[in-house]
Amino acid sequence: MIQGANGEWEVVIGLETHAQVVSNAKLFSGAATEFGAEPNSQVSFVDAAMPGMLPVINKVCVEQAVRTGLGLNAEINRHSIFDRKNYFYPDLPSNYQISQYKQPVVGEGKVIVDLEDGSVCEVGIERLHLEQDAGKSLHDQHPDSTYVDLNRAGVALMEIVSKPDLRNAEQAGAYVRKVRAILRYLGTCDGNMEQGSMRCDVNVSVRKPGEPLGTRCEIKNVNSVRFVQQAIDYEARRQVDILEEGGTIDQETRLFDSDRGVTRPMRSKEEAHDYRYFPDPDLLPLELSEDFIEAIRADLPELPDQKKARFVEALGLSDYDAGVLVAEKEVADYFEKVVGGRDAKTAVNWVTGDLFGKLNESGREIAGSPVSPADLGGLIDLIADGTLSGRLAKEVFDAMFESGRPPAEIVEERGLKQVSDSGEIEALIDTIIAGNADKVAEYKSGKDKLFGFFVGQVMKASQGKANPKVVNDILREKLG
Amino acid sequence: MVELTHLTIAEARDGLAGGVFSATELTEAHNTAIEAARPLNAMVLETADRARDMAARSDLRLAKGEGGMLEGIPLAIKDLFCTEGVRTTAGSHILDNFVPPYESTVTANLWRAGAVMLGKTNMDEFAMGSSNETSFFGPVENPWRKPGDNRPIVPGGSSGGSASIVAARAALAATGTDTGGSIRQPASFTGLVGLKPTYGRCSRWGIIAFASSLDQAGPLTRSVRDAAIMLSAMSGHDPKDSTSADLPVPDFEAALSGDIKGLRIGIPSEYRMDGLPEEIEKLWQQGIRWLEEAGAETREVSLPHTKYALPAYYIVAPAEASSNLARYDGVRYGLRVEGDDLTDMYERTRAEGFGAEVKRRVMIGTYVLSAGYYDAYYVQAQKIRTLIARDFQSAFDDVDVLLTPTAPSEAFAVGDKSDDPIAMYFNDVFTVPASMAGLPGVSVPSGLSETGLPLGLQLIGKAFDEETIVRTAGVLEAAAAFDAQPEAWWETGQ
Repeated sequence: MIQGANGEWEVVIGLETHAQVVSNAKLFSGAATEFGAEPNSQVSFVDAAMPGMLPVINKVCVEQAVRTGLGLNAEINRHSIFDRKNYFYPDLPSNYQISQYKQPVVGEGKVIVDLEDGSVCEVGIERLHLEQDAGKSLHDQHPDSTYVDLNRAGVALMEIVSKPDLRNAEQAGAYVRKVRAILRYLGTCDGNMEQGSMRCDVNVSVRKPGEPLGTRCEIKNVNSVRFVQQAIDYEARRQVDILEEGGTIDQETRLFDSDRGVTRPMRSKEEAHDYRYFPDPDLLPLELSEDFIEAIRADLPELPDQKKARFVEALGLSDYDAGVLVAEKEVADYFEKVVGGRDAKTAVNWVTGDLFGKLNESGREIAGSPVSPADLGGLIDLIADGTLSGRLAKEVFDAMFESGRPPAEIVEERGLKQVSDSGEIEALIDTIIAGNADKVAEYKSGKDKLFGFFVGQVMKASQGKANPKVVNDILREKLG
Repeated sequence: MVELTHLTIAEARDGLAGGVFSATELTEAHNTAIEAARPLNAMVLETADRARDMAARSDLRLAKGEGGMLEGIPLAIKDLFCTEGVRTTAGSHILDNFVPPYESTVTANLWRAGAVMLGKTNMDEFAMGSSNETSFFGPVENPWRKPGDNRPIVPGGSSGGSASIVAARAALAATGTDTGGSIRQPASFTGLVGLKPTYGRCSRWGIIAFASSLDQAGPLTRSVRDAAIMLSAMSGHDPKDSTSADLPVPDFEAALSGDIKGLRIGIPSEYRMDGLPEEIEKLWQQGIRWLEEAGAETREVSLPHTKYALPAYYIVAPAEASSNLARYDGVRYGLRVEGDDLTDMYERTRAEGFGAEVKRRVMIGTYVLSAGYYDAYYVQAQKIRTLIARDFQSAFDDVDVLLTPTAPSEAFAVGDKSDDPIAMYFNDVFTVPASMAGLPGVSVPSGLSETGLPLGLQLIGKAFDEETIVRTAGVLEAAAAFDAQPEAWWETGQ
């Protein structure tokens, strides 16, 4: 809800997410899809729309779309159609995009979105269809010419259309993150928004609660979760301001200017196309057998919601901890390797506490963590078997993060091994007691707080290596 | 010495195999004939040197007994087939500098079978036309003329150059493409056999697209046997064309048993339309008698939606064309006319690059696909297409093959219909229905008109049953015994 001058306004948001399909070859040609290659080095005759060239569907891309549909709890359409969307643009070599219009490969589904406060909301999926990406116009290569890079032309995209079920920027952001997580779990899109392999068109309208939907504006090509949220906040406020001043909203396509944090209309040239959709006569309808779909279903990995439930039920984690861990597949995978039969709560604390802290500090992703999950597990084992105290363990962890070396090596090299030998500790304690007769007297006369002083002295004398539990036990015995 | 340019493929094949003449001699004779036939304007590119090289290699293979099905046979190739390293224009200014870096599947199949390429044939621009008058390279002339009348006659279209050069005895056969009749109608106009196979029989990969759901390659030849040989070499499943049929290719020549006893021939009543010239009606009746005399049964069948086929075709084909031709935009290849900005460049390039008929069809196609008209035109036309296919299916419950005229008239004079698109489109009235249903059809030269020009009869078969139309065509050909030939006026400089 947005508070306006004359009451509250409800914001209605729907998202179209364009996700680049993970596949070695393009949707209708054998050309490679790798990011960052030399311009025009991954272009087949089909991609360049040479005369007489014909598209042939890449089965892998269809499997990926079906896998994604299943991951979004959606209906898979056994029969779907590829259509041509006709418009002229230099980065679109055939001057039509092969897409799916009336009969997409995936129908209605739903996504459970986890919100900050621990609550969830359900967002409907309207459809998912396969389509070709366009190439890229390069305006900075020459003072008065535009160059075109067709490496991306023909790469498979999935357009995932949500129902207008989102009501604020937070929900929208959480939806995008959840969809991205599902795609990454499925391995159908790398979800990399910076490289453009995932981007969103955001539809925003506002209305008085209970009234019919207002006129919407579509904000094109927003490429980060933060920008999606900023664009929604700006756009909703803009629409409320116009309506409250008695104006009307024009249905239009807008761009988000991330430098200024505003949306503005796209140039009129780029809107109001009549795309003249019609079924592509070069392609047969896509017919999927039940066996094809079931084989993919049987092969689905565990998805975030299922993983979260398992973490809670089988490992006894809190909803919150489990939610944090499963939000990124890499984190969940890392965590599972760390825990491997160890105490789950300890593992969560190390991963979400110390490791996340260090990663944040150094600006790294978990994939680039210098500490391997096996080594972190090893560190936890060293604590569990009494080799390291909690304090020493932190020191060892810091060294592991610095050097990437395994904990045992560091412990060995620095002689950090905890001393649990009672004889050794007893000797140290005897020395301390002998050298602090006054404090001993004070303690015995009832100054209990001094117990900590003795522990500290012993630990200091052992250079922190004495097992605190053993120290405590012996001290208590000696001091009576 | 035999007249090498007057042979059929089958005869040339035997002569080459028996060492009566070499592939090189055969090719040289055709190179010479092609040069002599230049007044017909049937070729847009002669590739005599390449032909010599290919023929020399054929001779080596023949000497080793390794010859393919078409070893050493000189062919002309419609300029709609992309040929690697050889300019391919589709008869259009917009592609008149285009040299493909790839070879179409059909021509690659032909070269693999040992055929020799004489050159590329003139055609209606982007295969849009029924008289070969829309080519950027000028009209093609039919080698046939009315006796005592020197006015140039059209060879039909769009495979007009292919038809003309084979009829002029300057190529043993040629490839054509047929979207609504572009093989069969020119065959009828030039006294040749023209076979359009079932949609999906020949790969479309590397053939410049006009209307993707209709386009199909096929041969123009001087005999039914030659058409069968050519079709066997051209056909086959191609994974690069999603609409290519994954079916084995029969030996079509083996279908020529000469026996059609008991075969059921359907005569579609709706093809007996008002205004059909009496001589064509008479020829049709003659054709019925010939087939009956050979032991076939004939019976009337009804194809009730026939009258909607032509209007529906002139919605579907332009719709697809408007989209297929969008790629000719001056950005990557072909003609570019610079402009003040991008849109201006697009407009100037396409205004200069396309001829009037192509523009007309791009406009029609764009219109019928636009918002508000799509349902009224394109969707309706697709429904009609389904009904037409259903008509044929139910007719084929009762008969094995249909016999019809190929074209509603004899060949007409250059310029006669070029100002009247509707009259021009009417040329396809008998060929379009089979195209809309994707069925195979063959035109067989069956007689001469009163003015001395060739006329063809058409046989339409079931999907992927080219064998039956080939067999029937063989019988029709034998009965008609069409052996008239045009006078070689171009050789004497008339």
